[in-house]
Amino acid sequence: MNDKKKIKLAMPDLSRAAGPLSSIFAIIVGLIIGLIILLFANSSKALAGFGWIIGGSLQSAKDIGNVFYYATPIIMTGLSVALAFRTSLFNIGASGQFIMGALGAVMVGVHADFLGSFHWVAALLASMVFGAVWAFLPGLLKAFYNVNEVISCIMTNYIGMYLVNILVRATVYHKLTNRSVPVKATANIPKMGLDKLFPDSMVNGGFLIAVLISILIYIMLNKTTFGFELKACGYNKDASLYAGINSKKNIILAMVISGALAGIGGGLLYLAGSGKYIYVEDILAPEGFTGISVALLGMSHPIGTLFAGIFIAYITVGGSYMQLSGFVPEIIDIITATIIYFAAFAQILRGALQRIHFRKAGDRS
Amino acid sequence: MEYIIEMLNIVKDFPGIRANDDVTLQIKKGEIHALLGENGAGKSTLMSVLFGMYKPEGGTIKLRGETVQISGPKMANFLGIGMVHQHFMLVHNFTVLQNIILGVETTKNGFLKIEEAREKVLALSEQYGLKVDPDALISEITVGMQQRVEILKMLYRDNDILIFDEPTAVLTPQEIDELMEIMRGLAQEGKSIIFITHKLDEIKRVADRCTVLRRGKCIGTVNVSDVTVEDMSEMMVGRKVILHVEKKPNEPGKPVLEVKNLTVKSDRSKKNKVQNLSLEVKEGEIVCIAGIDGNGQSELVYAIGGLIPADSGQILLKDEDITNKSIRYRSIHGFSHIPEDRHKHGLILDYNLAENLMLLEYFEPRFQSHGFIKDSEMFSHADRLIEQFDIRSSEGGRTKVRSMSGGNQQKAIVARELSRNPDLLLAVQPTRGLDVGAIEYMHSQIVKARDIGKAVLVVSFELSEVMQLADRILVMYEGEIVANVKPSEVTENELGMYMAGAKRGNAV
Repeated sequence: MNDKKKIKLAMPDLSRAAGPLSSIFAIIVGLIIGLIILLFANSSKALAGFGWIIGGSLQSAKDIGNVFYYATPIIMTGLSVALAFRTSLFNIGASGQFIMGALGAVMVGVHADFLGSFHWVAALLASMVFGAVWAFLPGLLKAFYNVNEVISCIMTNYIGMYLVNILVRATVYHKLTNRSVPVKATANIPKMGLDKLFPDSMVNGGFLIAVLISILIYIMLNKTTFGFELKACGYNKDASLYAGINSKKNIILAMVISGALAGIGGGLLYLAGSGKYIYVEDILAPEGFTGISVALLGMSHPIGTLFAGIFIAYITVGGSYMQLSGFVPEIIDIITATIIYFAAFAQILRGALQRIHFRKAGDRS
Repeated sequence: MEYIIEMLNIVKDFPGIRANDDVTLQIKKGEIHALLGENGAGKSTLMSVLFGMYKPEGGTIKLRGETVQISGPKMANFLGIGMVHQHFMLVHNFTVLQNIILGVETTKNGFLKIEEAREKVLALSEQYGLKVDPDALISEITVGMQQRVEILKMLYRDNDILIFDEPTAVLTPQEIDELMEIMRGLAQEGKSIIFITHKLDEIKRVADRCTVLRRGKCIGTVNVSDVTVEDMSEMMVGRKVILHVEKKPNEPGKPVLEVKNLTVKSDRSKKNKVQNLSLEVKEGEIVCIAGIDGNGQSELVYAIGGLIPADSGQILLKDEDITNKSIRYRSIHGFSHIPEDRHKHGLILDYNLAENLMLLEYFEPRFQSHGFIKDSEMFSHADRLIEQFDIRSSEGGRTKVRSMSGGNQQKAIVARELSRNPDLLLAVQPTRGLDVGAIEYMHSQIVKARDIGKAVLVVSFELSEVMQLADRILVMYEGEIVANVKPSEVTENELGMYMAGAKRGNAV
């Protein structure tokens, strides 16, 4: 279903469509290789399993709703990584920013119920601030001391993970289950009518917020002077300097916004009212790394990232049904990974498509 | 067999354009054959066809009278065709010797036989007068030396047909002299040389014959001794070109830029890059800074532009001390800068033309309201400048700057900088890598800016340009101004001596 949407987006002009087309190509090749892997794993049930990947998410309105629910956090981390990419920064720290955001949301969600109907907004704002602060550090180091953001981001990932463990224990700990206590009902994000559309699913207004933020980021990048500066620094740092653009400021701001996006992702997931709690365990939040895949598949374009996030969620939900055919759920990770590998090749294919387009143009003249 | 290599009736099409249209190039053994043409005339395409990188739609290539199909650079190399690229293909943290043998190492049981290679390299450098230190690192030798390494690379591979792609673009006048000498020596030893250039005086100095391309078509092949420089430029451009800068005498007004006792320290050596330097540029005056590359010109330019801090001294723009002001502050207070490297510093190649044309003004109220860029204003601004400065591009303001020709990219920078109506225009190597038509255009724009009262400071390594363009010449040597002269009062030879540090005049 998502594929169809993408094809509709494809412009008749092949060179402009090369971006989405190459992502679709990556998806198709990834799926084919996934099928081959399934054939090797268990040939008799491969087609049935593959059927779950393709169509498992379309069985009911509940499944479709769940696709949007799972898509929400990875759209946000995807946007986080994509925005950094556009400024030529590799924000591999989305994981740490995500979990810090989650912590901020949960802390406010548990302790600030005096805020009434404003409660969930405050919790979400807290997640934004926590994520932003956590990305500010690598941004600062990059801008003023030229510390590679990949290294500092990896470090802040781990520091963030342990810090969250400590703070959960100190502030919102439920000893018996070794996890955070549930947030107050007022801190749950309203359903915004999505529960009527997709009954029994876990989807909530968070998805609409993610869509809205994707559009806002698109506008920011393409319509504002701020986005103009960010992209200029990303494309050519030296020329931006000559043009008097303050690259230090832009690096820090790009990281802060990037972190805020990842943080909101954490907030949206842990305020979803779907029974998510922060466990005190030494595991980095996987949503941050999925965000890298989402950004790559979405070609670092905010709207592309939105669709890429929905797609990854789509095959994840479908893949979860594969256990019915006797496959281990990890197989879906392998297939997702394959698609991501091909998404990296998508850039190459994009160039090839443009060449074909040129050649055709040449034939006409 | 008269010709060693012949490219007959070559046709090569690209989308929407015929890059080579029935081009014939015939090279005799032991001659220096110039290939002349403006940027985009099809010189590079023709050479790429020769190297097998493009498959031509028509035509044949004959080597020593026999038709050959060249499938790729490797085969071209095997057939004895080698090329010195405009941008050197050298590994910077390898030594000269390692670079020369890279890719054709002689080995024994998997171990390098480096001594044998060293002997061969030394013998070659002796034979052709190419002095190099085989153990020096590439990053530590001059550009002229690096070029010799490139030439030795070709010789080491026993190439007979040597292609030089605009070899003088990066050299100082002295290095150019040496290169010309080397090329003559190579030709005498029986090597055949294809010399790609658009500098007419160099053709006149060194080439035997010259083939002229214009817009993909072969205009003709001439004996260089039979024609004048003007004839060749007319063949190349297709119209009479004014090779001399036409300008009226100037009347300088008030000082616009004053640099007082500026010192810029070097982070590597104890010697200062810019040493207690003072200069002045007045309204309606073109001041050219001559000098050999690396004598502190870049640091002076960076300090004036605010890209690096001054260690001591003052920079005044219209009597205002801007020494510690930001780049943006300088830019909106009357300072315009045409940087030397237009790809690295002048343009954002992945932005379109319209975006590049407002790169220094996007924050002004006419281009944005509340932080939102006014697209319509951006494009109408671009259209105005495209019209006014005759910038050629396929899709107007929406053209990706990366896809434009070098001359038009430079026009875009000039348009952007001059349209801001600056008081001071600083242009570094403004005509580097441009063809005759584009140089003529650049010079006329600079003179025009002067005539309406702008102060212009030009840094150039090309003496002929300095002599023609300047109202006043400053020679820079080891971070200091060693001469302050009028072009009418000095010869190129004298300037050369100032540049080499052999002579000192009264500074400022």
